[in-house]
Amino acid sequence: METGASQAHETERVREFKELILEVDGVFVSFGGVKALQDVGFSVYEGEIFSIIGPNGAGKTSMLNVISGFYKASAGTIKFEGVDRTSASPERVARMGFARTFQNIALFKGMSTLDNIMTGRIVKVKSNFLSEALYYPARDQEVAQREFVEGIIDFLEIQSIRKTPVGKLPYGLQKRVELGRALAMEPKILLLDEPMAGMNLEEKEDMARFVLDVNDEFGTTVVLIEHDMGVVMDISDHVVVLDHGERIAYGVPDEVRTNKDVIRAYLGEH
Amino acid sequence: MFYREVGQYKSSYPADQAIFPLTNDRIGVIIILLIAFIWPPLSGSQYLMGPILTQLLVFGLAALGLNLLTGYAGQVSLGTGGFMAVGAFGCYNLVLRLPEIPLVIDFILAGLMAAAVGVIFGIPSLRIKGFYLAVATLASQFFLLWIFDHVGWFTNYDPAGVASAPTQTLFGSLAHEGGPLDFLAPIDVIVSGPNATPEAKYILTLSVVVVLALLAKNLVRGMTGRAWMAIRDFDIAAEIIGIRPLKTKLLAFAISSFYCGVAGALYVFTYVGNADTEAFDLIRSFTILFMIIIGGLGSIMGSFLGAAFIVLLPPFLNIVASNLGEGTLSGAALANLELIVYGGTIVFFLAVEPLGFARMWQIIKEKLRQWPFPY
Repeated sequence: METGASQAHETERVREFKELILEVDGVFVSFGGVKALQDVGFSVYEGEIFSIIGPNGAGKTSMLNVISGFYKASAGTIKFEGVDRTSASPERVARMGFARTFQNIALFKGMSTLDNIMTGRIVKVKSNFLSEALYYPARDQEVAQREFVEGIIDFLEIQSIRKTPVGKLPYGLQKRVELGRALAMEPKILLLDEPMAGMNLEEKEDMARFVLDVNDEFGTTVVLIEHDMGVVMDISDHVVVLDHGERIAYGVPDEVRTNKDVIRAYLGEH
Repeated sequence: MFYREVGQYKSSYPADQAIFPLTNDRIGVIIILLIAFIWPPLSGSQYLMGPILTQLLVFGLAALGLNLLTGYAGQVSLGTGGFMAVGAFGCYNLVLRLPEIPLVIDFILAGLMAAAVGVIFGIPSLRIKGFYLAVATLASQFFLLWIFDHVGWFTNYDPAGVASAPTQTLFGSLAHEGGPLDFLAPIDVIVSGPNATPEAKYILTLSVVVVLALLAKNLVRGMTGRAWMAIRDFDIAAEIIGIRPLKTKLLAFAISSFYCGVAGALYVFTYVGNADTEAFDLIRSFTILFMIIIGGLGSIMGSFLGAAFIVLLPPFLNIVASNLGEGTLSGAALANLELIVYGGTIVFFLAVEPLGFARMWQIIKEKLRQWPFPY
């Protein structure tokens, strides 16, 4: 389970956190008879990297969908910075400071890399179509947003594909552009749904580095779903393990790694 | 082939974000505009200015309106004719009942009326997509035309239901001798009605279309355009980055209908001179949809290229037929040939190049960039 990403961070990261930013408590979600989430709860500290793991069909993406407002929890609460926001719409959740990437890339295929990342700034600007049509005073704002976005493009090292339509980009770069779009929103919490799925070792290392850098440089709280245990155990501060929609373990990586239920969920009974 | 794009470096974001970042393109566009403004009036040809160019501009503007909605925001609409009718009859009544208002202001007000109607008929787009939305927008087509047909007030109780453009000057009656704006009288030319010269009508149409096209270009390259394209390309992802679907879609309907409304007003006042509801029937809506499919979805230039194709095809076939010699092609055969070419082109574009002429133009440019040594 050792990957390159883990070698870069051999020393165990033990960090102290004070403020809770996201509190998920007793969340239930079901689709007809299928219980996707049952009584799931955990807390995320401000500034940490938090992982949600579990076997296929455990309810990880459902959990992320509840947090980002796509699914409505039938019971339970989600508090953000101490305020209940359980039934907020995706668009309101975005404006609160949540950004998200998807398991299957959800970029705007008809637009260039630059435009895709620029869409992330929509939450940050007061847009007025009249001013845009006249290109005055919208021009100053466009330039200001462009400057910010160029910063992200530099950070993600994608300068050379700035004007390429995203549909033409290889998978790994598309994932990176999607991360860029999320970063352009200047989120307080970044929700990443399998950011390293389908990547080779090098791409995974790059992505892990970006996630760590985002966390370090901007202090962004990161909640991620990932299957690569090496990456998860290395970069996470806390981990919650789901199986069949239930929480089976929750804690720091070392506790989770040795938890009997977790081993059973992944490897079966022995 | 004509010029190289390399070597034109940009050192500021405003320069990089210009509509035409290349100096050569800018010069080209200015030359084309100058020719468009100067050559037709100099040629003095009524045929060129009226049925050819004014028609092209009016339908190009309507196609541009539909393109904003369908090509950029991804909402299919078959109500274009209805929205044009609102603009046409709205403007007609404004000029008839409030002759003080300058005609250009009338156009804007007529566009705003169409925008308001467009928003109402855009509400279903919040729940339905694609073909189903297209069918829902058909309602506007039938409902609006029915109203204009059956409520005599809209056509000033004309027995045939025809709205004939009254004589109107550019600045309205306020600028007539003795009016408060009479210092404008020397340039207050007649731009509509039987006494208007084709030159005046053509220049007015061209000016309105150029300004509106420029505004549309600014819109689609700004945040509004990005929000529209985001909704078009991936509505769920658009919501997750904080785009409000309600606001974004209704704004698209409003602005699209505004453009269609102004096109309808121009149709009555500067192109044909009169209109009944038949001018804005379902066939019209379909024709304008064909224009943007052939010209290019999601392209300002494509809207006009598509309109040019559909407007210029019949006269072009006529010229071809007359060159073949008298009697080679009968009038009926020619009319059918026109339909065959329409149908064939639409099938061709849907199958081969769904993004139309505009995309083909891009591909040609890309190929020429490497010409004559492609790799």
